[in-house]
Amino acid sequence: MSAIPAARSFGQPAMRAARAGLTRGRIELRHTFTNAQDLWNYTFPAILLLVVLFFMRGATVPGTSFSLSSRTMPSALGMSIAFGGLVTMAMALTIDREDGTLLRAKAIPNGMVGYLVGKITLVSGMGLIGLILQLVPGLLVLDGLAVRGVSHWLTLTWVVLLGLVATMPIGAVFGSLIANPRNMGLVMLPLVGLIATSGIFYPITNFPVWLQWIAQVFPIYWLGLGMRSALLPDDLAAVEIGESWRHLETVGVLGVWAILGLVLAPIVLRRMARRESGSRVAERREKALQRIT
Amino acid sequence: MTVVRQLRAPAAVTEPPDDHVPAIEVHDLRMRYGSNDVLKGVSFTARRGEVLALLGPNGAGKTTTIEILEGFRIRSAGDVRVLGVDPGHGDERWRARLGVVLQSWRDHGKWRVRELLAHLGLYYASYSTPEIHRPWDVDDLIDAVGLTPHAGRRVGQLSGGQRRRLDVAIGIVGRPELLFLDEPTAGFDPEARREFHDLVHRLSDIDDTTILLTTHDLDEAEKLADRILILAGGTIIADGSPDQLSRGVAADAEVRWSREGARFVHSTSDATAFVRQLFAQYGEAIADLEVRRASLEDTYMAFVREYESGRGVAALRAFEEVTR
Repeated sequence: MSAIPAARSFGQPAMRAARAGLTRGRIELRHTFTNAQDLWNYTFPAILLLVVLFFMRGATVPGTSFSLSSRTMPSALGMSIAFGGLVTMAMALTIDREDGTLLRAKAIPNGMVGYLVGKITLVSGMGLIGLILQLVPGLLVLDGLAVRGVSHWLTLTWVVLLGLVATMPIGAVFGSLIANPRNMGLVMLPLVGLIATSGIFYPITNFPVWLQWIAQVFPIYWLGLGMRSALLPDDLAAVEIGESWRHLETVGVLGVWAILGLVLAPIVLRRMARRESGSRVAERREKALQRIT
Repeated sequence: MTVVRQLRAPAAVTEPPDDHVPAIEVHDLRMRYGSNDVLKGVSFTARRGEVLALLGPNGAGKTTTIEILEGFRIRSAGDVRVLGVDPGHGDERWRARLGVVLQSWRDHGKWRVRELLAHLGLYYASYSTPEIHRPWDVDDLIDAVGLTPHAGRRVGQLSGGQRRRLDVAIGIVGRPELLFLDEPTAGFDPEARREFHDLVHRLSDIDDTTILLTTHDLDEAEKLADRILILAGGTIIADGSPDQLSRGVAADAEVRWSREGARFVHSTSDATAFVRQLFAQYGEAIADLEVRRASLEDTYMAFVREYESGRGVAALRAFEEVTR
């Protein structure tokens, strides 16, 4: 008898806070449509991608007559999922810590639950919107690019979802470890290097073998591969490593990153949140104001 | 199984009767950063519904003390109870009964005032009780802090004073039993300050909220606080009502008068005796008589100066005798 009210009194506030977090994410997602900065962040990658593809228009995938730009498009979509999950999440956390958003969440009952659910909702939402803004023009403009049937829609869905789950917690870990938003370069530089080696803009099979091995450790290569498998004709698998889309390996590597992130993130986040206090936020404000002037 | 349930059931029903527990109990609180002792044995108590002002020079440990009570900082030693709970181990239900007014900066800049307060209120709905309805109705709350004309505005577009009022609103949206205000009126214009004082009076009088505030404005402390604590060098060097404090130190009162068109000023520790003598000597010739008791500022300065000159313990003892 008494076990049921006890369980309810423990679980209900946290559930309500999680629902409040969904609302929070939705509200913040709506805010991204109301200012120039966020709208630019949505459209800029799409414009950039189209420009890059335009300059590639004559080239073909080595050893085939298939357009290189049609191959690059899905790869770049995979990259943008990884980029969104990692960078947007890390940036959001460092900024929210500096300006005191996180401390406010800490001062409210179950506020951290709501904050995290809200942030996951927001970052996934922004990722999906960015994806659609790039994918739709790509599907309309490029030859050979299409979602061919239900099974490919399913592939697209699981690749995107697993990609977000694999990258967002890692992004949260970076965001917790980097104290100063200006130090985001520490994440960005290796990430750009990784993108260059992950076969996004050029097939990885043309790179030295050791470089291929490095790329295959990280999620970006696998997200590119997964998106190619969803959007390109099946016979293009022939130019991939092992002449296959390697779905099993994709799930394996992304799954390992997801588990790693989901184990690490709560530990690092809790440690970071515990250290937040009014005087720490005030300290950071002092530093930031000194930088501005 | 049955035994466990029987044991548990009454414990869950009989909530701690914490109306009788003081809102804050601090005993021999110590805080050390490395080899630097910031708090060296702070002790005080706040009763339910009391408004306490914590004063002290910069670096005296005011913010550290408040952050320990808020549960944002782990103390080095000492016994602390906030609403009957150790803030180092406070759960979310405990958190729901506290209000913390934080200094805002750029957070939630894209949110609208009403949107933000309605959202933050959601988290408190689970902790509503028959006595205290949580959260505060959004429109009533916005009205209480005087932000009604700005309810639809973006937080980032508010002026400094409006933003501070929003901070206060966020701090009280869950109808806290205990409210922490760290320098609440820094940067307020006189009108905003007055409105804020009215709000604090309302909270403590009508809602019986216990309030602990820090401030550098001694006028404000005198107006708002039932009791004043002066923190210096990591200990409480004075604890009493503004009136008790001013009687505790030998600060001179100022007597002003005019006689035959000339104006006079005289400082004295015993204004009554001086005025009696003045009338005995000049009688009806005295006009424009004015006696100014030592202000809280004079009292405060006297305490801090006395403490800094190494006579802190002596001053405290003298004060305790007076208040006894």
